[in-house]
Parts: sequence; C-alpha cells; structure tokens
Amino acid sequence: MTALLPEVPAAPGRHAAEVAFPDRERYRAQVAAYRDAGFELCADLCAVDYLTHPGRWLPEGVTPERFEVVVNLLSLSQKRRVRVRVQVPERDPVVDSVVDVYPGADAMEREAYDLMGIVFTGHPDLTRILMPEDWEGHPLRKDYGVGRVPVQFKEAPGPR
Amino acid sequence: MSDDLFVSAAAGKPTAGKPAATGPAGKPGAPGPAPGAPDPAAGIRTAARVAETSEGAQELLVRPATPPGELRRELGAVLRLPEGGVLDPGDIDVERRDDETMIINMGPQHPSTHGVLRLMLELDGETVLRTKPVIGYLHTGMEKTGEELTYVQGTTNVTRMDYLSPLNNELVFCLATEALLDIELPPRAVWIRMLMSELQRVSSHLMWMATNGMDLGSTSMMIYGFREREMVLSFFEKATGLRMNNNYIRPGGVAADLPDGWEDDVEVICETVLARTYEYDELLTGQPIFRERTEGIGNLTAEEALALSATGPILRSTGVPWDLRRTMPYLAYDQVDFDVIVGTYGDNFDRYSVRLNEIRESIRIIRQVAERMPPGDYRVQDRKVTPPPRARIDESMEALIHHFKVFTEGFRVPEGEVYVAIESPRGELGCELVSDGTSKPYRMHIRGPSFVNLQTVPLLLRGGLIADAVAVVSSVDPVMGEVDR
Amino acid sequence: MGLEDLQHNFLTGRVEDLVRWARRHSVWPATFGLACCAIEMMSVGAADYDISRLGMEVFRASPRQADLMIVAGRVSQKMAPVLRQVYDQMMEPKWVISMGVCASTGGMFNNYAIVQGVDQIVPVDVYAPGCPPSPETLLHAILTLHEKIRTGAITRRPAARAAAEQTSGWVPELPDAVRVATPR
Ligand code: SF4
Repeated sequence: MTALLPEVPAAPGRHAAEVAFPDRERYRAQVAAYRDAGFELCADLCAVDYLTHPGRWLPEGVTPERFEVVVNLLSLSQKRRVRVRVQVPERDPVVDSVVDVYPGADAMEREAYDLMGIVFTGHPDLTRILMPEDWEGHPLRKDYGVGRVPVQFKEAPGPR
Repeated sequence: MSDDLFVSAAAGKPTAGKPAATGPAGKPGAPGPAPGAPDPAAGIRTAARVAETSEGAQELLVRPATPPGELRRELGAVLRLPEGGVLDPGDIDVERRDDETMIINMGPQHPSTHGVLRLMLELDGETVLRTKPVIGYLHTGMEKTGEELTYVQGTTNVTRMDYLSPLNNELVFCLATEALLDIELPPRAVWIRMLMSELQRVSSHLMWMATNGMDLGSTSMMIYGFREREMVLSFFEKATGLRMNNNYIRPGGVAADLPDGWEDDVEVICETVLARTYEYDELLTGQPIFRERTEGIGNLTAEEALALSATGPILRSTGVPWDLRRTMPYLAYDQVDFDVIVGTYGDNFDRYSVRLNEIRESIRIIRQVAERMPPGDYRVQDRKVTPPPRARIDESMEALIHHFKVFTEGFRVPEGEVYVAIESPRGELGCELVSDGTSKPYRMHIRGPSFVNLQTVPLLLRGGLIADAVAVVSSVDPVMGEVDR
Repeated sequence: MGLEDLQHNFLTGRVEDLVRWARRHSVWPATFGLACCAIEMMSVGAADYDISRLGMEVFRASPRQADLMIVAGRVSQKMAPVLRQVYDQMMEPKWVISMGVCASTGGMFNNYAIVQGVDQIVPVDVYAPGCPPSPETLLHAILTLHEKIRTGAITRRPAARAAAEQTSGWVPELPDAVRVATPR
C-alpha cells in the first residue's frame, strides 16, 4: 500500500496493521491516497504527547517530534486497517485537517485540538469540544498537571 | 431560550449567500476562517456572544450572524462527502426564510436526551433545520487518569466509560494490554470473556429498548426492559460482585471463575429473554403507532454513515454487513455461529429491529458458549501478570510478596503502541495504547463509538419534525460517559 | 376553648407534624442523571425496586416541580454551573442526595475535569456511598432523607437542630407525630 507514495516510510505494526510515517507536508495526501485505495472509514484520530518519552522507536528517516497524530483507517472491503502516524513539532503544532477527506474526523480533530492543542488547518469549526469554552491549557499534554482544580463559576445565576 | 436572546446578533448584515467566498465549487467543506485570520463575521460573533451568552464558540448562532461557509456546512451537515457528489454546499440556499427560524436549546439537563447531551436546534416552525450537539458535560478526564493508573488498575478506569456495557470496555483495554505483552490466553478465559460480553450486549440492548420505548412514550417497554435487564445484572452480581462497572475482565484473563451453577442461570436468562423478545414484537414491532413514529424517520444512507465513521447498529441499519465479531474476529468469535443483522433503509425502525434481533443472536452465541465452555484456567499462568491464588497467600511468604507487587507496582509492559478494536453494542470500540516500558500506560485513548456516532445526529434530524428529535437521538444510542470520557 | 362542645371524634395535631408527614410522603425527585449512577437511579424507578412505594415515582423534568435533586454521577467542571442553576430553580423546601462516590468526593477521578464533591456547589443532605450505589443503597439514602424530613424542622436549616437529626440514625416513629384524641 505504500506504493501509493513510495517515499513514505512504513513499518508493520501489531495485529497485522501497516503503519505509515508521512511527514507533515505529505500527511494529508497520504490519507487521501489511502482513501482512494479503498479505506472507506476513518476509525480513529488521536494525538500523543511524547514529551517524557523521547527515545521511541521510529523507522529510518523520521525525526521524532513532541507530538504525534495517529490516524486509524479501516477498509471494509479489504478487511484491513492501516495506521498513519505523523510527527508534529512542539513549537508549531499545526497539521492539515483531513475533514474534507473523511468528514467523520470532524469531532475527533476537535477533540485532539481541545485536549492536546494540535491545530488542524482547514478544519471548518475548530473549537473546544469537551472542555468548557474558557478553559486554559490542553489537559492531555504531559506538562499539564492531573491535579485537582477549584470549581470555576462563570456566573452566579440570579433569582428568577 | 428563544430568538429574542439573539436579536442583538442580528445587527450585522445578513451574510450574502453565494459561495464565491468559500473556496472552489466541487470541493465541499471549504475551510472556514483559519485561526487567527481576520474574518468579517468573527467580530459579529464574538460581540454577540459575549453580551448575550457565556457559551462561547460552541453556541449555534442565528443565521445572519453565522458565516456563510459554516452555515452551509451545518445545513448540509455531512454533505461534505469526499466525492463532493452528494450535495454541493453551494446549492444550499442559506437565505431561505431567515427571520422565521428559531433556535432552541435542549439539555444538558433534559429527561429524554440520553444523559447530559445538549442539542441546539434551529427550527423553522416544527421542522428542524440545523442541529449542533454540544458535549463535554460529563468530561471526566479518564484518559488522563488512565496514565496515572497501572495496567492492573486501568480496568477500573475504563469500565466507567460506557456504563451500559462496562465489560466491553474492560475487554478492549485488556486486549490491547495483552497485545503489547504478547501473551496467549487459556481457552477458558477467552470463552468466559465471550460469554460475559454477549450477556452485556443483551443487557445493553435491553436498556436501549427500555429507554427508546420511554422516549417514544411506551412506558411499558421501559418497565419490561428494566425487568429483563435486572436478570442479567443479578447474574453479573453473582459472577463479578458488582452489578455495573464490574472490573471483572483483567489483563491476563478474568478476575474469578464463573460461580457454581452458572449454566442454569445463563439458561434461565436465555430462555426468559428470548421468549420476551417475542412479546416486544407484539408490543412494538407490529404496533401501528410505533411504526408510524419510527419508519422513515431519521434516514441515513450507507455512504453517509461511512463518511461520518458511524459504526455498529447505525452502520448495519443502512445495509452494510460490518460487524467486527464477524469481519475481524477477536476472542473466539470465529468458532461460534451467528448472523450479522442488517437493515435496509437506515431509519429509526431499522435501528430498532437491528438491535432487537441482535439480542436474539447474542442469545444464540451465549447458548453455544455455555455448551462448549472449555475447562481449565481462567487466567494465564504467567507469574509476571497473574497474582497467586488467594489460598496460597496464607501459606507462603513469596506468594504474599508476589501478590503485593502485582497490585502495587504492577507489571512492566514492553514498549510499543497498538490499536485494538472490538464490537461493542454501540459500534467499534477501539483502544489506542502506547507503552513506554513502565507499568503505567504512556497514553491511553479510547475510541468511543457513541462519540463518533453522535456526528450523525445533525444529519438524521435535518428536515424532520421536532417531535421526532428525541426518538432520533435515542435511536443513535449515545452513552454520554463514553462520548465525553 | 370550645373543644368540649364538639360532638364527634376528632384529631388534634401540630401543623408542623402534619406538614412534615405530608412532605415526607411525596418527595418528587428531579431527573438529574449524569453518569453510571443515573442508570441505577433509573433501576430504582423501574419495576424491581419500585420507588413508587415511597410516593416518589414522579420524576419531574422541570426543577420547579421537584423537591429532591438526586445528583447521580460525576459532576464535571462544565456541568457545575448547570447543576447550580437547576438547584436554584427548585422551589423550597428542597433536598439533595449525593449519589455515588463521584458526586460525594470525586471518587476515583481526582483530576482536572471533575468537581471534587458536589457539596462544593450545593448543600447535600444525604450521601449514598458506592460506585455505583446499588438500588438498595439509594433506597436507604431515600429513607434516611425521609427520616430527616420527619424529624427536622419544617423550615430549612434552623439554628437549633433536633437531636435526632444529629444522630443521623434511624429514629423510631414517635407516638406524638399525630395525636389522636376523643372528647371527654
Ligand atoms: S460513583 Fe461510580 S457509578 Fe457513580 S458516577 Fe461515579 S464512577 Fe459512575
């Protein structure tokens, strides 16, 4: 399947899934190529923060960065899965949106933006989805504490 | 919350309707304003919302205040299909009867939305035009908490996500952990897991039948659904110690063997529930009022379902025979005999009948499992993962230390990352697990089927009546614990 | 006064006792299901546990018609203002049961997202332990609340509390709740 874009490094993953490691520029094209190759469904999209685990294994030619966006694609016709992992640097956590390729990635990208702070360019409505609108920070980042926070009241509703 | 709340928002000029500003035709879903880029409509939005509400950008805006690109996207809901062929957003007339629409808010505290779902609906009379689900009211930070717990403790965390089928959550987490550990389970553990997860499917679908009945005004269905579910739950209580949130399936097997006499209990459940599904047929399936309220409501095509990543009964109701138990078997589903139920029209009634018949198929599986349950260990005999048997702890100091270590420190899991998916009652339940070689997951992400399926709601509701909104949302079967995690 | 002139049997009672008696037997809960606990709350309403035995089967959708808020499940930071608003919309007298460890203390989720105890937002009368509390536990909590209503003052949070309330235990029905008398 990497024949689609031969320069993209790939590795066999567990569960016989193939893993492709495009760089940021080729990421959207790679996902679109998989879609054309019959991967009809975007099963999952999530982001991982590798801040405290820098020495992970990556194939030759892929520079590890702090963030990684992982997209799981599923082909119903071929009964296969493929995983696309793209490295996203810390200073510029921006990656192309795949919403126009897979409309179903809409909520998942919003979630990754909300919880991990990855900005998806081209997403039509990139707003917080789970956290309150005025929340500060992105809770799933490794440098965001787990800890307890005091209750935030936006406003005290008056008597009605 | 009616229109007048937004009157000040209408101060901006009604945005012109032609697609010139929003990218090339034939490329639907033209990007909205890039973050940071100046957008003429943005000023209107911000000013209006600061003055009137505290909801921020998640608010559904009145038409004059909504940028045309976003409006078209919301009107067309999903019609940003990749082929662009289904509906060009440029075709949607955003100017239609602007001043007659009304935005109403439903939830998050509403008796019939399943849990704390909040919908903002734009109505034209009684017809729903746009819908915006607002979620996050139950966001629990479980993915963050999951990074703080060891793999042994992790099941207590994930089990609380989809609280209608906790055992399936545990199952997917354990399968992911075991994939990283690379261990092979003894057959009895596999078959016990299968038994439990099918019983869970029965109870989850029964619960769905109950709540769906209630949303449609059939209170007897609710009482019946709960009555039958109670039987399954008391079996769970017997086998696992808890009615819900069982923490029964653990990495390396299950927590305990099945209780004595489980075959009889299971057979009683199968017999009763199966017989009762035919009563539901009489109560609902053949009943004209029920059919009127479900047939042809909330239609979805297979292409739309796939484009929106919908899985589970929603996808199957559109006629796509995709069931991970059959198509990508896990556990021992390739050794049992069952049918994948599909619908034709993808409407509420199809989703109802898919679920009703899945109860029957699950009972078929349960009977086969009960018949063929292999003897042997119920957890893998690997000292690294498995605590020693309870009785040994009293006798041997080593066993005590071992037990202590497994439960405090946990076991180390080799580095790597894996994505495992199973078929939960709501669809593909996936677990993306990254390990850095310690005893705690580095990152645990659960792909909740309800979270993704919820994206179909705006499309299902569009053009329907407000009175059906509750029924449609119910037929999608979102479990908010899993949506928000 | 004129009691001697009455020709028929009659009852005397304190208004306070009558009010408490009446309140206790029709506590209408607001549906405030949040998470897993809500499912158990619904089971309590269904056939097997049948909360209507206690005159409580009327789960009101509108907080303005409800007397009791059962906070069933974890309260997130995003939900907290909504919860408070629903509470404020309820008419006095009103009571709160905090159902489950999540509502009571945050439970196992001590993290950024969950309010660590709903008593930071609204006053709680009874805490039901468990994760989820079994329907029996919830019924027990409800009975405890009934007892509190029966022995408490009819106005909310008086300065001096009745002794029975402080024991928080089960106090036997006092014979003077409704006194029966016949004319001499
Ligand atoms: S206490 Fe337990 S059952 Fe109740 S909401 Fe919390 S996690 Fe769920």
